[in-house]
Amino acid sequence: MTISEKILAAHSGKEALSPGELINAQVDFILANDITAPIAIDEFKKIGTQSVFNKDRIAFIPDHFAPQKDIKAAEQCKILKEFSKAFDLGLYFEVGRMGIEHALLPEEGLVVPGDLIIGADSHTCTYGALGAFSTGVGSTDFASAMATGECWFKVPESMKFIYYGKLNKWVGGKDLILHTIGDIGVDGALYRAMEFEGEIIRMLPMHARLTMCNMAIEAGGKNGIIVPDEITEGYVKKRAKRKYNFYSSDKDATYVEVREYDCSKIPITVSCPHLPSNTKPAEELSQVTVDQIVIGSCTNGRIEDLREAAQVIKGKKVHDYVRMIVIPATQKIYLQAVKEGLAEIFINAGAVFSTPTCGPCLGGHMGVLAEGERAIATTNRNFAGRMGHPKSEVYLSNPSTAAASAVLGRISIPEEVV
Amino acid sequence: MILKGRVWKFGNNIDTDAIIPARYLNTSDPKELAKHVMEDADKDFPAKVKKGDIIIAENNFGCGSSREHAPIAIKAAGVQAVIAKSFARIFYRNAFNIGLPIFESDEASEKTKQGDEIEIDADRGIIKNITKNEQYISKPIPSFMQELISAGGLIEWTKRKMAILNQPT
Repeated sequence: MTISEKILAAHSGKEALSPGELINAQVDFILANDITAPIAIDEFKKIGTQSVFNKDRIAFIPDHFAPQKDIKAAEQCKILKEFSKAFDLGLYFEVGRMGIEHALLPEEGLVVPGDLIIGADSHTCTYGALGAFSTGVGSTDFASAMATGECWFKVPESMKFIYYGKLNKWVGGKDLILHTIGDIGVDGALYRAMEFEGEIIRMLPMHARLTMCNMAIEAGGKNGIIVPDEITEGYVKKRAKRKYNFYSSDKDATYVEVREYDCSKIPITVSCPHLPSNTKPAEELSQVTVDQIVIGSCTNGRIEDLREAAQVIKGKKVHDYVRMIVIPATQKIYLQAVKEGLAEIFINAGAVFSTPTCGPCLGGHMGVLAEGERAIATTNRNFAGRMGHPKSEVYLSNPSTAAASAVLGRISIPEEVV
Repeated sequence: MILKGRVWKFGNNIDTDAIIPARYLNTSDPKELAKHVMEDADKDFPAKVKKGDIIIAENNFGCGSSREHAPIAIKAAGVQAVIAKSFARIFYRNAFNIGLPIFESDEASEKTKQGDEIEIDADRGIIKNITKNEQYISKPIPSFMQELISAGGLIEWTKRKMAILNQPT
């Protein structure tokens, strides 16, 4: 069996299972945010139960339109707080303690290897980087799991992606996953588990693994997953709030498809409007001017991402007609960035340094695009209208490329600036 | 169950930001959401769509975010079913969970035109094009999903399951 199949089997009391099988499984952890939780709470109330499955395994994180951007958003966030109070939930994260959910939960050791996790947010697939089976669902699935601690799953077929060779300068997890989505398309892994492995993955640091698994959904995947190793152990041992289990894939596990990538051939990669699969080498886009840079999100808002961007922009200035918005994904990352002097580098360059929020990634607040405006962002989606006006455009890149583009006011590779 | 209605056609990879843009997600009121349904794919759609209409798209309908607001907006706008060649997986779950009938059919996606009158026989998986006098097959609905539909959605199904578990033995 693959690692995905083993985790699903372990959570459904089965010795073995195979792709296509429908199972009812026990979940270890569930989460929802200010967009998805209000509907989930309404649906939960319809079930009529007076208790939740486990008060310490349900996280409510107001991160999308928080800090509360308008009255309606404030009303939505309030629903999470009131419910958490009423049911005495242990994991409500108020503004000031919250972070972007998919950066916060691994950082706090609340999601751990071997877990089965569902979240009412599509990027819940991020935690596969820890060796967990983790997938996004809707609000009603979340509501049902909140009552029962269970969720139904169709066991996905697994697809293996092997990365070998040598990484080019400035190429990281974001480039690998954008390149992969460019290769297979936005439905290239529809309903499937995407298992990443190979010599490059084995040396890839955790933040880059989180970036890769985060975007499995952008290829239609049910989950992204990496078999845990020493890097995983190093990341979780000081954080984990619970016991964890390392699962691995059997040598004779079945994969519906295997793809191999020679990383020496993967350039700095950018997704052009309006699909994540519309990828091009960054070098070919040097005529594309930009109005806004966003560095942050559940994809690339970790401390290593900020360091990478700071390394490029240190001592430089943001282009006169460009706004650069840097958003650390959690309070801990924010504080760390201040201590390391990264905040100062960004502010001296003429950038905004913001409190954690998903804000601009989904065109919510803190950097919404006007008609005809164009952004390069380290976020995860570039659908039409994603960051604002339906006639605005989003290009997706890694942090160093976004930072370089801020200096020159057009899409640039880091070498042009550093 | 027979669903009869007028067809609206959409293309590939209709994402949830096109179905209901995130700028309207500061509410979860179905009536409010319906006012903006499919707005970023066709800005006049909310004004043109009528109760009982049917959406037919191509591959990967509903890709992107997990927002249940997407099928809720479609349902609240009066659209009674969505047919596509394929659906993104979270949208697929959400649609069954909230009781929006969806069907997978390559033929219907390829052969219907905007404005055609069609009739879906949900139980038999047959889609009749009344305008063109043609008939298409849709993929059978998995038995578990049929169970969800007949329960009236996931919440009703969960209620029943919990009632059985909590019965005194």
